[in-house]
Amino acid sequence: MPSTLWFRPAGLALAAAMMLGTAPAALLAATPEDTLVIAAQIDDIVSIDPAESFEKSGGDLINNVYDSLIELVPGTSELTGGIAESWDVAEDGVTFTFTIREGITFHSGNPVRAEDAAFSIQRAVKLDKTPAFILTQFGLTPDNVDERVTFEGNTLTILIDEPVAPTFVYNCLTARIASVVDKELVLENEVDGDLGYEWLKSNSAGSGAFRLLTFRPNESYVLEAAGDYWRGDVQLNRVFVRHVPEPATQRLLLERGDVDVARDLTPVDVEGIAGNEALKVDEAPAGYIYYLALNQKVEPLNNPAVIEAMRWLVDYQGMADTFLKGQYIPRQSFLPTGFLGALDETPYSLDIEKAKSILEEAGVEPFTAKLTVRNNQDRMEIGQALQNTFAQAGITLNLSVGAGAEVLGEFRGRQHEITLQSWGPDYPDPHTNASTFTVNPDNSDEAGLTGLLAWRTAYEPGELQEMTEAAVRESDADTRRAMYEEIQRIHRDTSPFIPMFEEVDQISMQANVNDYHPGGGVDAATYWLATK
Amino acid sequence: MTLIPDPTPTRRPSRAARRARTAAGLILSLVATLLGLLLVTFFIGRIVPIDPVLAVIGERATAAQYAAAREALGLDQPVWMQFLIYVRDALTGNFGTSILTRRPVMEDIARVFPATLELATIATIFGVLLGIPAGVVAATRPGSWIDQLVRLVGLAGYSMPVFWLGLMGLLLFYGILGWVGGPGRLDSGYEMMFEFDVPRVTGMILIDTALAGKWDIFRNAVSHIVLPAGVLGYYSMAYISRMTRSFMMNELSQEYITTARVKGMPEWRVVWVHALRNVMVPLITVIALSYATLLEGSVLTETVFAWPGLGLYITNALFSADMAAVMGGTIVVGAVFVFLNMLSDVLYRLVDPRARS
Repeated sequence: MPSTLWFRPAGLALAAAMMLGTAPAALLAATPEDTLVIAAQIDDIVSIDPAESFEKSGGDLINNVYDSLIELVPGTSELTGGIAESWDVAEDGVTFTFTIREGITFHSGNPVRAEDAAFSIQRAVKLDKTPAFILTQFGLTPDNVDERVTFEGNTLTILIDEPVAPTFVYNCLTARIASVVDKELVLENEVDGDLGYEWLKSNSAGSGAFRLLTFRPNESYVLEAAGDYWRGDVQLNRVFVRHVPEPATQRLLLERGDVDVARDLTPVDVEGIAGNEALKVDEAPAGYIYYLALNQKVEPLNNPAVIEAMRWLVDYQGMADTFLKGQYIPRQSFLPTGFLGALDETPYSLDIEKAKSILEEAGVEPFTAKLTVRNNQDRMEIGQALQNTFAQAGITLNLSVGAGAEVLGEFRGRQHEITLQSWGPDYPDPHTNASTFTVNPDNSDEAGLTGLLAWRTAYEPGELQEMTEAAVRESDADTRRAMYEEIQRIHRDTSPFIPMFEEVDQISMQANVNDYHPGGGVDAATYWLATK
Repeated sequence: MTLIPDPTPTRRPSRAARRARTAAGLILSLVATLLGLLLVTFFIGRIVPIDPVLAVIGERATAAQYAAAREALGLDQPVWMQFLIYVRDALTGNFGTSILTRRPVMEDIARVFPATLELATIATIFGVLLGIPAGVVAATRPGSWIDQLVRLVGLAGYSMPVFWLGLMGLLLFYGILGWVGGPGRLDSGYEMMFEFDVPRVTGMILIDTALAGKWDIFRNAVSHIVLPAGVLGYYSMAYISRMTRSFMMNELSQEYITTARVKGMPEWRVVWVHALRNVMVPLITVIALSYATLLEGSVLTETVFAWPGLGLYITNALFSADMAAVMGGTIVVGAVFVFLNMLSDVLYRLVDPRARS
C-alpha cells in the first residue's frame, strides 16, 4: 500500500489542529492599563450583601463598594471618619451619636443621609444573618432596634444596653455589617418585606469608591470607579477579580503578565518567583490564628498535665521554617498581630524530654487520641508533623481528615477529641477573639452555645471570663491593653487551646503595582488607592 | 363447539404505531433513568456526614441561626417528604437554589454548562480527527513502527495524570513559548469586552462572538481553548485510536475485504471506505461515550485551566454539601448521557442500512 494514501487524512487533521493552536498567538494582551486584574480563589463568597457577607473574599468586594460609618486607615488599625465625620459618646456611656458627612452620594445618585445609616443597622439586625452578633452584642434586637437606632437631621444615635469601652463600639462599626446601604434603592427592590435581601445577593447599593458592574459566583466580579469619590481620587478605572482555583495557574498568569496581582501562591511558588525582577511579594498578617482545641469531655485530654505536655510537643518553629515557610509564623496567644494587647511572646518550643517528664510526673500512661483536620494541604501536613512529635512522648494521634463542613460540624457538636482549627477576627477589637476563646457562661451540652469556641471544646474559663467582661468595659486604652495581655497569658498557659500559628498573607504582584492594601487581619482589601 | 380460527391474518402494527411504541419505550426509560438518578443522588446526599446548613451559615452562627437556616432549606422535614418535594419541584423545572451561589441551580448550570460543552466538543473533534486516522493506520500496518508509535502515544495518554499534563502544557505552550492563551476562557481585557459588548445567545464564547462578528474576541477565545481542548482531546484520541485499531484489525480480516482486494480495488478505498464504514457503528458508541464523559466536566482540567465549567461546579457543590446543585448537575449529566445514546441510535441508522429496515 502506498504510504502517501493513508497519511493524507491524518496529515490534514494534524495540520488543522496545528493551525488552530498557533494562529492566535500574536493576539495575547497584557492587562488593560486602567484595570487592576487580580487572580484569587473567590469561591468562598456566599453573599455580597453587607448584612450577610462574612467570608474573606466577600469582604474585599464590600469594602470597595460600600462605606461604613467609621473606616480604618488602609493598612492600619487606626480609626478614621467614614460616612460619619465625627462621633461622640454621652456621659451615660450608652448613647453614641454620629454626625453624618454632608455631600456624599450613593452610586444611584441618592444622597447619603443619617436615615440611610440608621436603616442599614436596623436592616442588619432584623435580617439576623450570621454576622449580626457584631451589632446585637450591644443589646440591639429586631424588636428594639427601631427605637434604639434613630436619626434626626444629619445625626445618627445608637443607644446600647450597657456601658462598654467606646473604642469597642467604634471598632465594631468598621465591620462590613455596618456598611451604609442606599435605603431608597434597597426598598425599591424589596419583595415581600425582605428588606431587599434577594436583590442584594447579586446587586449593590453603596457609596464606595467602586460600583459593582458584574458578579458571577465562583467566576469573577468587575468593579468600576464610581467617580468623584469623597475620600480622594480613585486611581484605576476598573478592578477585575478572576477566580483561579489553582495556585500554580495563578503563578503562570502572573509571570506572563496576564494578571497584576495573585493572591494565593504557595510557599513554593513564592520562592519560585523570588528572582523575577518584574514581580514582587508583599506580606501582611492575615489575622487567622491556627490552634488545637482539646475536648474537655474526653479523658485524658482534660488532664492539665497532658495539655501542658502537648504545648511542648509542637514543633512551632520547625514547621514555620519548612513546609509552612513564609505563610505562617509561630503565635502562642489568641490575638493576631496589630490588635490592642497582641502578644509576641512565644515561650513554648519543641521539647520532647520536658513533655515526657511532665507526663511521667503526672502518671499519665501512653494513650491514643483522634486529631481531626480539614482536607487542606497545609493542615494535613501540620497534622502529620504533630503525629510525629506527639508519638515521641507516647501520644499516638490518629489523623482524621474531613471536608470543612464535616470537621466544623464535629467541633460545633462537641464530638471531637483534638481538632486543628483556625479563627479569624470579626472586627478590629481584641474582644472579637477574647469573647470566643474565654467566654462560656454555660458548659452544658444543652446550652448549645455553638458560636463560642470555649463552649465547643467544653472549657470552663473561670476567672478569665470575668476578666474579659471587665476588659471590654475598660475605657482607658493602656489599662485595657494590659488586661488583654494578662488574659492571653493565663489562657495560653491554662486553657485546653494550643495556639500555634498566625497566617501570613503573601500577595504576589507586578512590580509596577503600588498601594494595593490587602487588608491583613483587621481590614479587607482596599483597591481605590492602587496604581499600576 | 369447535373453535374456528380467526380467518383474518394477524396484522403487523403500522409503522406509525411502531414508532409510537419505540418513542413511548424511550420516554419511559428516560423517566426511569432520571428518577433513579434523583433517588440515588438524593439519598447519598443524606448519608454523607456533611451538614449542608454549616455550608450556608459558616463558623460563627448561633444555634438559633442554625435552626432558622435548617428550616429555610427544608431540612427539618422528614427525608421522604424532602424527596417528594424535590421531585415535585424538579418536574416543574425547579431544581432548587444553590446554597453556595444563592441562585437557582438551573440558572447556574445554564451559565457553566456552555463552557464545558464548548470545551468537550472541541476536545472530541480533536480526538476524532486524530484518533480515527491513527487507529486505521495502526491497524493497516500491525507491528510496524507507526503502530508502535500510536500504541505508545495512546498509552502515554492513558497513563499521564491530566493535572500534570495540563500544568506542563501550560508551562510550555503558555508560560515559555507564549503560543497559546493562558488559563480562563479569555484574556482579562477581552473578557470584559465579551461581558459588555457581546449579546449572550448560547453562552459558548466561540459561537456568540462569531454571531456578533467580534472576531478579535473569537480569536482570543480560540487561543485559550486550544490547550485545554488539546489535553482533553489527547485522552479521547488515545481511547478512540486504540478502539479504532482493534475494530479495524477485525474488519480487515473479513472475507469481503480479501474479495475487494482480489478484484483490484485500490487499497485506500478498501481501507477508508469499505472497512472504515463497517467499523463506524461500534465507533459511534465509543465516540459518544467519550464525548459524554467529557461533558460531565473534567474537574482537574477545569481547575488547572480556571475553566468555569460543570465539573468544577459539581465538585465545589459536593465539597460543600450543596445537594440542590449536585442533584441539578447530576440530572443534566444524566440527560446528556440519555441524549447521546439517542443520538447514537439515530447515527447507527444513518451508517448501517440494516438498522433502518
